[in-house]
Amino acid sequence: MPLRPILSSPALTRRRCCAGLAAFAALPTRAQFRVEISGVGATQLPVAIARFRDEDKAGPNAAIGAIVRADLERSGQFRNLEVAAAIDETSQPSMSEWRGRGADALAAGSVSRLADGRWDVRYKVWDVVKGQDLGGQSLAVVTADLRLAAHRIADAIYERLTGDKGVFATRIAYVTRAANRFTLRITDADGEGGQVALTSVEPIISPAWSPDGRELAYVSFEQQKAVVVVQDVASGQRRVLANFRGSNSAPAWSPDGRSLVLSMSRDGGTQLFSIARDGSGVKRLTQSGAIDTEASFSPDGRTIYFVSDRGGGPQIYRMPAAGGNAERVTFAGAYNISPAVSPDGRTLAYISRLGGGSFRLHTMDLSNGASGNIQALSDTNEDESPSFAPNGKLIIYASRAQGRDVLMTSTLDGRIKTRLLSSGLDVREPVWGPFNR
Amino acid sequence: MQRSTLAFSAIVIAVAMAACSSPVKLEDSSSVPVESRTPTPAGGAGAGSTAGAGPGGQSQVTTVNVDKGAASGAARIVYFDFDSFVVKDEFRPLIEAQAKRLAANKGQRATIEGHTDERGGREYNLALGQKRAEAVQRAMTLLGVADNQLESVSFGKERPAAQGSDEAAWAKNRRAELKDK
Repeated sequence: MPLRPILSSPALTRRRCCAGLAAFAALPTRAQFRVEISGVGATQLPVAIARFRDEDKAGPNAAIGAIVRADLERSGQFRNLEVAAAIDETSQPSMSEWRGRGADALAAGSVSRLADGRWDVRYKVWDVVKGQDLGGQSLAVVTADLRLAAHRIADAIYERLTGDKGVFATRIAYVTRAANRFTLRITDADGEGGQVALTSVEPIISPAWSPDGRELAYVSFEQQKAVVVVQDVASGQRRVLANFRGSNSAPAWSPDGRSLVLSMSRDGGTQLFSIARDGSGVKRLTQSGAIDTEASFSPDGRTIYFVSDRGGGPQIYRMPAAGGNAERVTFAGAYNISPAVSPDGRTLAYISRLGGGSFRLHTMDLSNGASGNIQALSDTNEDESPSFAPNGKLIIYASRAQGRDVLMTSTLDGRIKTRLLSSGLDVREPVWGPFNR
Repeated sequence: MQRSTLAFSAIVIAVAMAACSSPVKLEDSSSVPVESRTPTPAGGAGAGSTAGAGPGGQSQVTTVNVDKGAASGAARIVYFDFDSFVVKDEFRPLIEAQAKRLAANKGQRATIEGHTDERGGREYNLALGQKRAEAVQRAMTLLGVADNQLESVSFGKERPAAQGSDEAAWAKNRRAELKDK
C-alpha cells in the first residue's frame, strides 16, 4: 500500500545547512528539562503511537516514537496508550482490535538508512474510530535532525487530529543563571536539544525572536549598561542595534520583521522608539513624562501594546504602531505589566500584581472592547514574561518553585500546565519562537 | 614553624617563577575574579605572624578592584525609599561633594547606575532604576556638573547589592551608584 503524500520536507532539507550550529557551543545536548503535567484537561484523546521500526539503528537520539508520544502528551490534549505490537507504516492493523483497546488514533512508522547516509523516517496515521487511513509522510534527514523529524511528525499528527498547527518543531529561547554566569539558550519546544547562543558574566534579559526565526534581539549588560544586540542564531554573528546614551531595552519586532520598537532613555526618561532592523531611522513614538516600556505588537502590526505609569502605577496601554493617542487597556489592579498578544489577536497575556505582592499570569479577552473578561491562569506568586506559542494554544512563562526560577507552559484556559524542569539552573525570560526555524 | 617556612618558600618560589615567566597579559589578569584578601599568614591561624612579616613583604596584599571608580564605593551610593525617586536630604552632602569634584574637573566623566529591589518585572524595574539615576543626575547638574559629564544608566533588579528577600536586603538594593568613567 503506497503512502499517500510522500514528501521530503523542504524545511528539513534547508536546515541541513545549519547543522554547524551544534558545533559552535560545546554544551549538554541532553535533557535540560523534564515535563510534568500537573493538571488534567476535560478531554484527552487516547492515542496509540508505536515505537518506530529500526529507530534504535539511528542512535540514542532517535527514539522517534517516544519523542512523538512525549510531544503529544505535553500538549495536554492526548493520552498515550501502551503499544506492544511491532507495527510500522506498511502494516494493516485491525481497526476493530485497536478500537477494543480504547484508541481513537494510531500511528506507526519506521527509520531506514538512505544511500547518501541520511535517514528516511516514515509514518502513517489511522483514525481508529472511523476506521480510516489518514495517510503519512516520508522525511529524509541527517542524523542531527532526527529529533526535529520526530517533532515534525508529532506536529503532523497533532494537526491531523485537532485541526490546529502543532508547535513541537518550534524553538524556545530563555536565559539561565548559574554561578553568576548568564546564558542565553535555544532549545526545541520540549526543552531538549539545547544550544547556547550567548554566555556572559553580565545579565542578559528580554530576548525576542525575529519573525523569520533567524535572529534574536536581546538586552546585554556586557558594556556595563543596557544595550540592544541582534544575533544571527545560526552563525552567532552579533550586531549592536541600539547603544544610545542611557539605557536601551525591551526589543519588540514588528510582525513584518523590518523594524523593532525599543525602550530608550536617550532623551531622558524611558520612552518608546522605533528603529529599522539595520539600526537606522530611529523615531520616537511616545512623548510622555512617564515611563513607557515593554512594547508588544498586535499580530497585524497595527497596534502596539505597552506598559506606562502615566496614570500613577504601571498599566497596559495600546496605541497605533506609528505612535499617537494611547488608550488604557488594564484597569483592574494597581500593577499590570509584560503584555503579549496571542497570534489571533484575541487574547492579551500579562502579569498582574495581586494584593500581598504576588505576581500572577493573567489573560484578558480582547475581542470585546478595552477590558474584556479577565482570568488568572496560575496560582503561583512570582510569574514573569509570558510568551505565546505560535499556534496560540499555549503560553510559556517564568515562575518560581522550590526556591528556583522555573519555566511553565499553560493552556489558555489555565487547566493544563507543564513545568519544564531545569537541572539545577535558574531559568527565566522564556520566549517562544515562530513556526519557522 | 616548619609549616610556615614551607609556606614561605612556596611564596618565594611562586614569586620567582612569576618573575621568570613571560609577561602576563593585562586583559587576562584583569578578567580574573578579584578576591579581597586580608593579609593573613600563608599557613593559616596557627602559623604565627613570621611568614606574614617576611622580608619580601609578600603579605601586603593590595586589593585590586576591576570596577573603575568603585574604590570608594560606599561613599558614592544614594539609597532610595520604596517606590521613590526622591534624593533624600541625608545624601545631599554626598551629592554636593561629588558635584563639586566633577564641576572642578570638567574632563572627568561619570556614570550613575540606578538599581531597584527584586520585586516586579525586569523591564519595568529597569525603567525605575533609570528614573533613580536620572534623579541623581538632575541634582548634580543643578550643582554645576555639565550634563555631558554624566550618563545615567540602569541595571534594574539585575545586579542586587544584597541577596535576600526581606526589607533589609531590598533597602540596600534600591540605590544609585556613582562611578567614574
